Amino acid sequence: MTVQLDPRPPVAPAPRTGRRPPTMRFSRLDTKYSPYLFIAPFFVLFGVFGAYPLIYTFWVSLHDWDLLGSNHPFVGLENYSRLLEDADFWHAVVNTLGIFVISTVPQLLAALWLANLLNRQLRARTTFRMAVLIPNITSTAAVAIVFGVLFGREFGMVNWLLDLVGIDAIEWKSNRFASWVAISTMVDWRWTGYNALIFLAAMQAIPRDLYESAAIDGAGRARQFWSITVPLLKPTIIFTVIISTIGGLQLFTEPRLFHSGTNPIRGGTLRESQTVTMYMFENAFAPHYNFGYGSAVAWLLFALIAVVAAINVLLLRRLGGTKPPKADAKSKEGAR
Amino acid sequence: MGVFPRRRLAAVALVAATALFATAGCAGDEPAEDGKITLTVDVFSQFGYEELYKEYMASHPNVKIVERGTGTNLDDYSPKLTQWLAAGKGAGDVVAIEEGLMVEYKANPDNFVNLLDHGGAELQGNFLEWKWKGGMTQDGKLIGLGTDVGGMAMCYRKDLFAKAGLPTDREAVSKLWPTWQEYIKVGEQFKAKNTGAAFLDAATNIFNTIVLQTAGNAQGYHYYDTSGNLVVDSNPAVRQAWDTTMDIIDSGLSGKYGSWSEEWVSAFKQAKFATIACPAWMTGVIEGNAGVEAKGKWDIARVPGDGGNWGGSWLAVPTQSKHRAEAIELAKFLTSAKGQIGAFKAKGPLPSSPQALADPAIVDAKNAYFSDAPVGQIFGEGAKTLKPVYMGPKNQAVRTEVENAVRTVELGQRKPDQGWTDAVNNAKKAAAK
Repeated sequence: MTVQLDPRPPVAPAPRTGRRPPTMRFSRLDTKYSPYLFIAPFFVLFGVFGAYPLIYTFWVSLHDWDLLGSNHPFVGLENYSRLLEDADFWHAVVNTLGIFVISTVPQLLAALWLANLLNRQLRARTTFRMAVLIPNITSTAAVAIVFGVLFGREFGMVNWLLDLVGIDAIEWKSNRFASWVAISTMVDWRWTGYNALIFLAAMQAIPRDLYESAAIDGAGRARQFWSITVPLLKPTIIFTVIISTIGGLQLFTEPRLFHSGTNPIRGGTLRESQTVTMYMFENAFAPHYNFGYGSAVAWLLFALIAVVAAINVLLLRRLGGTKPPKADAKSKEGAR
Repeated sequence: MGVFPRRRLAAVALVAATALFATAGCAGDEPAEDGKITLTVDVFSQFGYEELYKEYMASHPNVKIVERGTGTNLDDYSPKLTQWLAAGKGAGDVVAIEEGLMVEYKANPDNFVNLLDHGGAELQGNFLEWKWKGGMTQDGKLIGLGTDVGGMAMCYRKDLFAKAGLPTDREAVSKLWPTWQEYIKVGEQFKAKNTGAAFLDAATNIFNTIVLQTAGNAQGYHYYDTSGNLVVDSNPAVRQAWDTTMDIIDSGLSGKYGSWSEEWVSAFKQAKFATIACPAWMTGVIEGNAGVEAKGKWDIARVPGDGGNWGGSWLAVPTQSKHRAEAIELAKFLTSAKGQIGAFKAKGPLPSSPQALADPAIVDAKNAYFSDAPVGQIFGEGAKTLKPVYMGPKNQAVRTEVENAVRTVELGQRKPDQGWTDAVNNAKKAAAK
């Protein structure tokens, strides 16, 4: 919870009398239990909208559940065993991971670079800081539709530009790798500024004196960045990586709207850019209406996200090995 | 902290109350305003009911009609409807069900009111026999009243035909292609003139037309036989349609604009193809996509081969409707001969009622957008005699796989043989899901 920032001492307690006023007893109960009450809304909401659907989905995944049917026979883990042998599912997993990698890595690097720029003394700094967030507040659907048109085979602007420089038209929608790139562009466009602001906030918490002493020691801008900024940002980087992992592996709107026409949920004729969430939707809803199978996909996706997030965190801990100076934890509080 | 316990408690109470209110907020019905009841009608694409609603509301002052989903793609509409039905909540009082999905909804008839319990039986004479049967479940319940049928024709652009030195008069054009093989020959002539446009929009649309036609004229089923067995690989009608489509692709006649995609819509606007297989309801789609600029540039000729049916819908009343009696009444009105004529005039869906089809309003109907083509005659002629195609339990999923395989060949991702193997294997897989 928040820290009491007001430097004034609290109002003096009322002078005690021999008899305990009823408010005192109440006050004690209050101190003991009201923190729970404070956090209760979150857990209530999480229980209703998070935990319950999660458990219900698992329950559904153990059944042969035709969305329209009235009988849902129990089949145990059959949906899962079928799914593990389902080539289309693994194809979707590869797509998702592919899009995730080629969108997240450049995105976070660009965000870091952008944050570093914004952290300097610039004119109209606030304006720039606000500007990087603008892509994030535009509607995903609008972005996806615009990009879908830009990357059109025949009437798209990207191919038109490529044509100007003498490159043949690229089949953005029916070439697997090209479609990954196109979708990654959308994701990057939207999320780079968001991550940059998070990095920027963390950068501002780094005490200036560290940079000053580094500068006295003769460290250049680049050296300062890699030896001070990046190591001290590690917790923040881990946070953004986890958030990006969750978001990236659940990617749905961009690839779904990138494809138009009949049955866009396949992500192209040969499922070139069908992500796991799209595969889940295809099975749970149109055209299969197999709710049990779709739920099994959802749970495997959950497992996949947990695994990928764990791997990312482990990798990040190993990499960028420099430990932040011990004094840091304290000096952080003093900053700003 | 801990200084103003009372105020803080008030805050806690407020937060808790807000949370409770937020979770429980959406329960209960909104009270009827001035005694009116609201009937919601769920449709997709273009049903052309706007004028009919006005008329109905004028004669039923206690009813207010709200339509949802006009212009919605069927692919977006059907999952929504299924979710509403599965959840037992959310569906309109009257819902449209498309041909390809009717089988799946019929398999679970409890979701819908049995109209035979509400005077439905006496309506039988108002519908073409096969359309009436289409709304009937195996155990004899009537869950849907027919709206339109998809009589077939071939729409073409006169300006592009003129550019390629082909005849533009609709009678002359119809004579060019009594069969699909001749259609291909015309296409090759067209292609040789380099007009900058393709001969047809997309191979999937042509394939779907041919397969429904060949199947209708042969066994009366395509992907599933009438006992519900998947026969994609053994039904000669499917293979024949496949081969003809491969010939069309092989001759390089398709513009490869994936049907219903944004590129397809752009291609309409930019006059990038000369012909498109058009069931009656497609005329509304063409007009919407090509826009007013192209008015009078389109015309309608006979479809190669012998007629056929593609598409058409039913109206049903979900059991979850809170105003069943009124909803049934409205569905009956919209599907009456009068209602079907009104819809035809507005957006072109061809009536499924023999009375409507015989009505001068339809017989003499001309479509100004399509150079005053006598749409009533062109589509109506075939509708009375056409043979419907039986659709099996997972029709939509199977159809998706087969059409998708056609598209992979069209885009050059697969050779025709590989495409066929994919079509058969993926169809089997989809049917088993």
